[in-house]
Amino acid sequence: MFPGIVRSSSRHLPCRRSLMTVRDALNSAIDEEMAADPKVFVMGEEVGEYQGAYKVTKGLLQKYGPDRVLDTPITEAGFTGIGVGAAFQGLKPIVEFMTFNFAMQAIDHIINSAAKTYYMSGGQIAVPIVFRGPNGAAAGVGAQHSQCFAAWYGSCPGLKVVTPYSAEDARGLLKAAIRDPDPVVFLENELLYGENFPVSSQVRDPNFTLPIGKAKVEREGTDVTITAFSKMVGFALKAADELAKDGIKAEVINLRSIRPLDRETINASVRKTYRLVAVEEGWPQHGVCAEVCASVQEETFDYLDAPIERISGADIPMPYAANLERLALPQIEDIVRAAKRACYRSK
Amino acid sequence: MARWRQRLLSSACSSSSSSAAAPQALLRLASSALSRQSSSRGFAAAPDDTTPFVVDIPVPYAGHRCDPPEQRVETSAKELVDFFKVMYVMRRMEIAADSLYKAKFIRGFCHLYDGQEAVCVGMEAALTKEDAIITAYRDHCTHIGRGGTVLEVMAELMGRKSGCSLGKGGSMHMYNKEGNFYGGNGIVGAQTALGAGLAFAQKYNKQNAVSLALYGDGAANQGQLFEAMNISALWDLPVIFVCENNHYGMGTAEWRSAKSPEYYKRGDYVPGLKIDGMDVLAVKQGVRFAKEHALTKGPIVLEMDTYRYHGHSMSDPGSTYRTREEISGVRQERDPIERVRKLLLAKEIVTVADLKNLEKQAKAEVDEAVNQAKEGGQPETHELFTHVHVKGLKQLAYGPDRKEVIVPLP
Repeated sequence: MFPGIVRSSSRHLPCRRSLMTVRDALNSAIDEEMAADPKVFVMGEEVGEYQGAYKVTKGLLQKYGPDRVLDTPITEAGFTGIGVGAAFQGLKPIVEFMTFNFAMQAIDHIINSAAKTYYMSGGQIAVPIVFRGPNGAAAGVGAQHSQCFAAWYGSCPGLKVVTPYSAEDARGLLKAAIRDPDPVVFLENELLYGENFPVSSQVRDPNFTLPIGKAKVEREGTDVTITAFSKMVGFALKAADELAKDGIKAEVINLRSIRPLDRETINASVRKTYRLVAVEEGWPQHGVCAEVCASVQEETFDYLDAPIERISGADIPMPYAANLERLALPQIEDIVRAAKRACYRSK
Repeated sequence: MARWRQRLLSSACSSSSSSAAAPQALLRLASSALSRQSSSRGFAAAPDDTTPFVVDIPVPYAGHRCDPPEQRVETSAKELVDFFKVMYVMRRMEIAADSLYKAKFIRGFCHLYDGQEAVCVGMEAALTKEDAIITAYRDHCTHIGRGGTVLEVMAELMGRKSGCSLGKGGSMHMYNKEGNFYGGNGIVGAQTALGAGLAFAQKYNKQNAVSLALYGDGAANQGQLFEAMNISALWDLPVIFVCENNHYGMGTAEWRSAKSPEYYKRGDYVPGLKIDGMDVLAVKQGVRFAKEHALTKGPIVLEMDTYRYHGHSMSDPGSTYRTREEISGVRQERDPIERVRKLLLAKEIVTVADLKNLEKQAKAEVDEAVNQAKEGGQPETHELFTHVHVKGLKQLAYGPDRKEVIVPLP
């Protein structure tokens, strides 16, 4: 599928690594799960004939036919309700939202029809559904198309919420989400779709899954912990490179899962570094970082050597002009600055 | 408005003119139909007799983009007796719920169905348990129709663990997976899209079954209903949208909320049928017709012309937006149980004493269930954290004091 590019560091790895884009990771995950389980089907706007608004569902209509890859009208409330009803009956729908901004029209079904039903029915009606699509800011798409919904969905009991970063995350978490018997909100990122990541043959295996609820330490460090999810993981890693030049060894944690939140991994890391910078692209008030901070100050208070820092999107609707948009979103220098503050290295 | 109220008494399907004449005309039609039957067959059947005979349906169906079914339906002595029994149990159950609510055994919301019994009972006569039903919050009797027991309804209302949802759902969230009953939904209109989804699955699984999505006249203006109808018609889903038109969405009469209260026509390109929802046999015939349609031609809308005696919920006396005369008028002229009673007596299937006995039995059944439910315990404390997920991943969930209560989700 991809030219095998053997990196020099693979001397230490037992398997050859090659590159895969996040888009192809998602596509292959859906493809394999549809092949393995006839109850899995895909529905959403332009997922079929158009090959997917972002080409994530490319080729699936040709392979599985119109009974299993369904193009819907532009009626989120209606088709999401239909997906949830189908899940009530034991099918396994993958409902694509062209972006999660449009899912707000269907949010009643995600929360009230999907998340709460197993509980309200005393365990009679399970809802094995996946809601997926791009979340958060893209580039220049303006205020109504740029919101990050991780915090909103992440607060809701009954939902599982995952945020892949790499191709490995995308494959493993999507396969896990499709196999999961509960409703899963799968928050992708449009700007990551085209990014290439090295993946091992293990990741390419059709049975590869990642556990929902477990964060990944992307980079080990000793001086400060940086938590991030989705696109911000890449920024955090670059920030860690910058910090290393100044002798600060940052540990970068890719949350992977917003709900359940892997508090253990986060707190274990802070018990090692004593300092924390929590990063997210979305709005700060009542955000994911607020929960991370709360967790650490509750469980690891005595280890903290500095107040917890938060880096997030600005408290404004997303502007269009390129300079303003850049100022509205976290940049690498923001993460670096906050980490240095946490290390008492700057004003 | 006066003409509208008069229509409630006579049912909007009939073409009668004056208000006084309408109910009389209705009864004349009904009794002439009955007498025709009696004279041709010289009736008297045992209550358990299953020999079919035909009964006329007095109030004409009205069709939208379809030819209505025949104004006559096959039934049997046993079926009529069963109709009476189950409707009477439902009636007593709802009345018992009223008392229990006032005595504070039932809390929160309680939306009662008395008056509308013919809809869910008539439906079941035309369906199997392969078919699926989803409704809104006025669901106690629908739950019984799908095979639920009075005990589990009462226990659920009282928040006991013997309730159908283990006490965790309440009045608006009764479910019965085995009986293909998907609730019990609190968000007005959401159940219509969910119902189309149930039908989607039935089609996907190549089952020879239909799904019925019930909603009220209040919900009939919801956008998602039209979204669901559009997709259902496009994809040929075997769904029947059933508008239980009891003429009031909470306190708002249909003519105040709908520009077009002809709900059976609101599907536009989706055919529709208006049915006298107070006539259990008319409902049976109409739903049978609709099932056939949904399986072969695609979705259809049914409008059940029905009425609720209680207010919207137990917080609503039901008299600030309608008159007591209207309520008692409908009870007198169109009560679904009384109609079956008259038919049973006219056909000499049962005697007045038999019916009194059946009523006593029904009351005893409900009283017994209430007593048993009262004795039931509340859910165990640990159930607070069960059923959040099918697969809890041992995720830690917290109580109000997160240092005190931390539970790994099962």
